Amino acid sequence: MSGQPLLVVRDAHRDYPRSGEPVHAVRGVSLDVAQGEYVAIVGPSGCGKSTLLNLLGAIDRPTSGSVSIGGSAVSTLPDKAATRFRLTHIGFVFQRFYLLPVLTAQENVELPMAEAKVPLAERRDRARELLGYVGLEARADHRPAELSGGEQQRVAIARALANRPIVLLADEPTGELDARTGSDVIALFDRLNRDGMTIIVVTHDEKLAGAARRVIHMLDGRVIRDEPLLRRA
Amino acid sequence: MRFQLAALSLRRHASRTLLAVLGVAVSAAMLLDMVMLATGMRQSFASLLGRNGFTIRVSPRGTLPFDTEATIGQARDAAVAIERIAGVTAVAPVLGTTIHVLGAANPVTAFALGVDPAVQGDYQLLQGQHPTANTLVASDALLHATGASVGDTLDVAVGFDPQLRTYTGRRRVVVSGRARFTYLSADDRAAALQLASVQAMGGADRTDRVSLFMVRTAPNVDPEAARVAIERALPRVTALSTAGAVAEAEHRLSYFRQLAFILGAVSLIVGFLLVTTIVTVSVNERIGEIAIMRAIGVSRAHVVHQIVIEGIGLSLAGAASGLILGVFTAKWLNSILRGFPGLPDAIDFFLFEPNSAFRALALLVASGIAAGIYPAWRAASLPISGTLREEAVG
Repeated sequence: MSGQPLLVVRDAHRDYPRSGEPVHAVRGVSLDVAQGEYVAIVGPSGCGKSTLLNLLGAIDRPTSGSVSIGGSAVSTLPDKAATRFRLTHIGFVFQRFYLLPVLTAQENVELPMAEAKVPLAERRDRARELLGYVGLEARADHRPAELSGGEQQRVAIARALANRPIVLLADEPTGELDARTGSDVIALFDRLNRDGMTIIVVTHDEKLAGAARRVIHMLDGRVIRDEPLLRRA
Repeated sequence: MRFQLAALSLRRHASRTLLAVLGVAVSAAMLLDMVMLATGMRQSFASLLGRNGFTIRVSPRGTLPFDTEATIGQARDAAVAIERIAGVTAVAPVLGTTIHVLGAANPVTAFALGVDPAVQGDYQLLQGQHPTANTLVASDALLHATGASVGDTLDVAVGFDPQLRTYTGRRRVVVSGRARFTYLSADDRAAALQLASVQAMGGADRTDRVSLFMVRTAPNVDPEAARVAIERALPRVTALSTAGAVAEAEHRLSYFRQLAFILGAVSLIVGFLLVTTIVTVSVNERIGEIAIMRAIGVSRAHVVHQIVIEGIGLSLAGAASGLILGVFTAKWLNSILRGFPGLPDAIDFFLFEPNSAFRALALLVASGIAAGIYPAWRAASLPISGTLREEAVG
C-alpha cells in the first residue's frame, strides 16, 4: 500500500433473501485500500465481486460489517446522505456505459455536476476539459448513439470524474469492448491512476487486471488472495 | 437539468408522446364541453331573462309565464298596484294569443303578443316602427309565411271558434315593422300588437286581462323583496324573480348537469389513466438509466421531479390542445342543439366561461401531477444494486 487507508472494509457480509433461503453474496470481507492504489477484483462469475463493489460505492449496504471511505462510515449513511456521498466522492463506470441517450456527450458529463449544483459556466468548462482528457473533445456534441462503444465508455469515465471523486469504481469496464478499444480504456485508467486517482475495478479481463497494482481474488463471496503486483516502470 | 431531461424524454418517443397528448386533448375537450354544458344553459337562461332589466315575472296564481292560457283580470288596477311597490320602476303588461292571418288559401297561424310598446321587453325592432292601434310588428318567419313585407296590410283575426267557424275579433292591420322576438326562436311566426288591440279583438273574455306582467326594479332594490311585496299586494298572482326562474330551470335541467358531471368525471379519469400509463411505460423502459442516475448520485427528488414534470408536460400540452378542440366541438354541438324547434335564439347549451373552463383544465393538469406520482415513486424506490444486476443479466 502507498499510504493511509482511504477505504476500509471490515467483516462485510451481504445476504440476499431468495425463496426463503438467503444467498450469501459477500461473506466476511475485510480489506484496506490506500489513496492512489489501483486495485483489480477478480474471480469467477457469481463470486460476489460486483456486490462488493456496490458496497464500496455506497450503492448497497452490508447486511453486517462496515464500509468507510475517506473516514465516512458509508454503510450507515441514510439514503439521502449516501446519494450525496456517491455524487461528490465516488465515480462509477459500468460495463454497459449507461449514458443517457437523450443527452450529448458533453451533457452526460455535465449531469453529475448539475446535480451537485456546479454553476453552468464552470461545469461546461470542466466537461470540455474532461472530454479532452479522454480524447473526445471533438465528439462533445454527439449523442451516445453516434459514438462507438469505446467512445461511450470514455464519456462514461469522463462523467465519473466530473465531481472530482476520491475513488473511481469500475464494474467490468472493458466487458462490452473489443480488444483494441478495451486497451484504450485500460490505458486511460493507467493514466488516471498515474495522475493520482484511486481506482478499483471488477473484471474478468486479464489485461485489465494485469494493469492494476494489486489484485484481489474472490471465490464464493470471500477474498481468497490479495496480492500486490510489481509496479511497472 | 430535470426540465431538460423531462422534455428530452418526452421527445425520445415523439409519436407516442403525440398520441398521448392527443388522447389527453380529447379527454380535456370532453371535460371542458361537459363543464360548458353544465353551466351554459343556466347562464344563458339567466342572461335571457335579465335582458332589458326585467327582474320579476307576474303570472296568474299557481302558473309559470305562458304555462297555461290563464290570465290576470283587472289588469289595469293590478299594474297600478305593482307600480306602487317600492323599488318597482316599470311594469310591462303582456297578453298572449293566437292570431290567424287571413286572405291566402290557408290562413297563417301565429303567436301574438299584446304589449305596451313604451315599456315592452319582448322584441327588438329590426326595421320600421313600433305597433300602434292598427299596426303590428312581425317576425321574419311570419312575413315569409304570409309573403308580406313592411308597409303591407294584413287581415288578422283572433278567437277562432271551430264549430261556428267565426272569430271573436278581426281587423286589417298594417305591418309597421320587422322584429326579433327575444323569447322565441327565429323560426317562430310571431307578431306584436298594442295590448289594447289584442284585448279588443279577444272580446269580453280578454277585456282588461293580461297573461303576465314583466316588472323592472331599481338596481339597488332586492328583486326578491319586491317579489314578496307583489304577492302580498296581489294574492291572485304568482311572482317569480329571475333568480327564482333560474333556480326553477336549474331544477328542471338537473338531468343535464348530472350527465355532464358524470361524463366530465369519466373524462378526467380517462385522462389520468392515460398519463399514468404512458409515464409508467416510459419509466419501465428507462429502469436501467434511472438506476444508473441514482448510482452516480442523482437524488430521488430529481428522479421524482423529472417524471412528474413529464406527466405535467403531457397534461399541459393535452389541456392546451383540448381547450381549442373543446371550444370548437362545443360550437359545433351548440349549433346542432340550437336547431331544436321552439328554442329561443338566445339560449346556448354550451357557454365558455373562462373561470370554469380554466378550473376544469387546472383539475386535469392536477390529475396529470397525480398521474406522475405513482411511476415517479416506483422509479425513485428502485433498489439500485438489484436493478443494475438485473439489467446486466438482461
